[in-house]
Amino acid sequence: MRRKIAVFLLIILCFILQNTVFQSLALASVSPNLLLVVTASFGLMRGEKEGLFTGFFCGMLLDIFYGRVLGFYALIYLFIGYGNGIFHRLFLDEDIKLPMVWIAFSDLAYGLLLYFFLFLLRGKFDFSYYLLHIIIPELIYTVVATLGLYWLIRRLNRWLERHEEDLPGKEEF
Amino acid sequence: MKKRNKFSVPSKYLFAGMALGCVLLMGISFVTGFSGGFVNTAAGYLFVPIQRGLNSAGSWLRDKTDNFEALQEAQELNEKLQAQIDELIMENSQLQQDRYELAELRTLYALDENYSDYDKVAARIIGKDAGNWFSSFLIDKGADDGIAEGMNVIAGSGLVGIVTKVGGSWAQVRSIIDDATNVSATVLSTSDPCFVNGDLQLMNEGVIRITQLKTEEGAINKGDKVLTSHISDKYQEGILIGYVDEISLDSNNLTYSGTLTPAVDFEYLHTVLVITDLKQTAEE
Repeated sequence: MRRKIAVFLLIILCFILQNTVFQSLALASVSPNLLLVVTASFGLMRGEKEGLFTGFFCGMLLDIFYGRVLGFYALIYLFIGYGNGIFHRLFLDEDIKLPMVWIAFSDLAYGLLLYFFLFLLRGKFDFSYYLLHIIIPELIYTVVATLGLYWLIRRLNRWLERHEEDLPGKEEF
Repeated sequence: MKKRNKFSVPSKYLFAGMALGCVLLMGISFVTGFSGGFVNTAAGYLFVPIQRGLNSAGSWLRDKTDNFEALQEAQELNEKLQAQIDELIMENSQLQQDRYELAELRTLYALDENYSDYDKVAARIIGKDAGNWFSSFLIDKGADDGIAEGMNVIAGSGLVGIVTKVGGSWAQVRSIIDDATNVSATVLSTSDPCFVNGDLQLMNEGVIRITQLKTEEGAINKGDKVLTSHISDKYQEGILIGYVDEISLDSNNLTYSGTLTPAVDFEYLHTVLVITDLKQTAEE
């Protein structure tokens, strides 16, 4: 229960930061994708199921406030959370390089999916423009944001895991 | 999506189930136009107050990075003057519009149409699209304040966008520079019809696309005003969209297309006005 509340609060915090403060700090009108960092991190640290729910919740928030069709972002984030969860078994708590690489890949996949479904299908064929001006800058910015945010998420996760060990009836997420 | 402690579903089934659920939800919301309803309202009460606070923090941060303290006074004055200019530009475009209207009226029959005083509600922008692909934003007024889907949003002297989703205390506005927006417009000086499309590629250059302009060679000059058209079923007539930047003949040799500089500076948008009169359509 404690974990659910903590993750819920973290997602809300990132969502709100992402569409207020970070939009004001956007470089070249591109801002980092914090929700993706959260989704991918929890997938990596905790496995498929938690990545799945974190992703679904993040995507749903985006759908409600900024989406055109309900469920689209939820589906994409769901995939990212699940996909990162598969690599949970390769995950080493100490190492930040692997998560960074996976988060970068996730963001690339996210950008490509969005381009494919929302732009290519509407006849916007200038892929190189979108790649160079949106996808790559977002990726770089997101990886930079990961450096700070991942540390925070890992602290949170360790704290939660320590408390879960103490509890007699350990709750499975 | 309740989970029990006793037994747990294997994650791949859960994944498949939830993915299917999302696809279904997309289908439902696409077909029926359902965009959340009570979920929007509930989510709004949770997020809007925090967002409002944080956004002012963001704006503050930006102000600090952008300006030196000493410039503040000058800025205030500038803001006031800018507001005045906006007002005058608006008034001026209205007057010009009136003049052309008058000329038409003299040649045609009397139209008892009078568009100038729309009812407006001021709203503050509390969040911008979290992704980098589209440009919609949230405002802090919603259904509780009489905002409804389809209302036009203006700022200063020109058109900003249209309300696309409404929650209790918030509303989503899709701006005219958004890649998926299409506005039926008309060039003021020649009354030529055209379309104005937002474009992500042009957004960074600060211009938007103007297409399917039917006109004669040389009739339209750089800087001509483009207004919302009377045939649009979503946008009120005569709102300034922007100024013609450049146009060129299409390969079909019939229509022109080019770019347009929006009248509103979208980069530094903080407050907007929502026109609470909806455009009258044939069904009404």
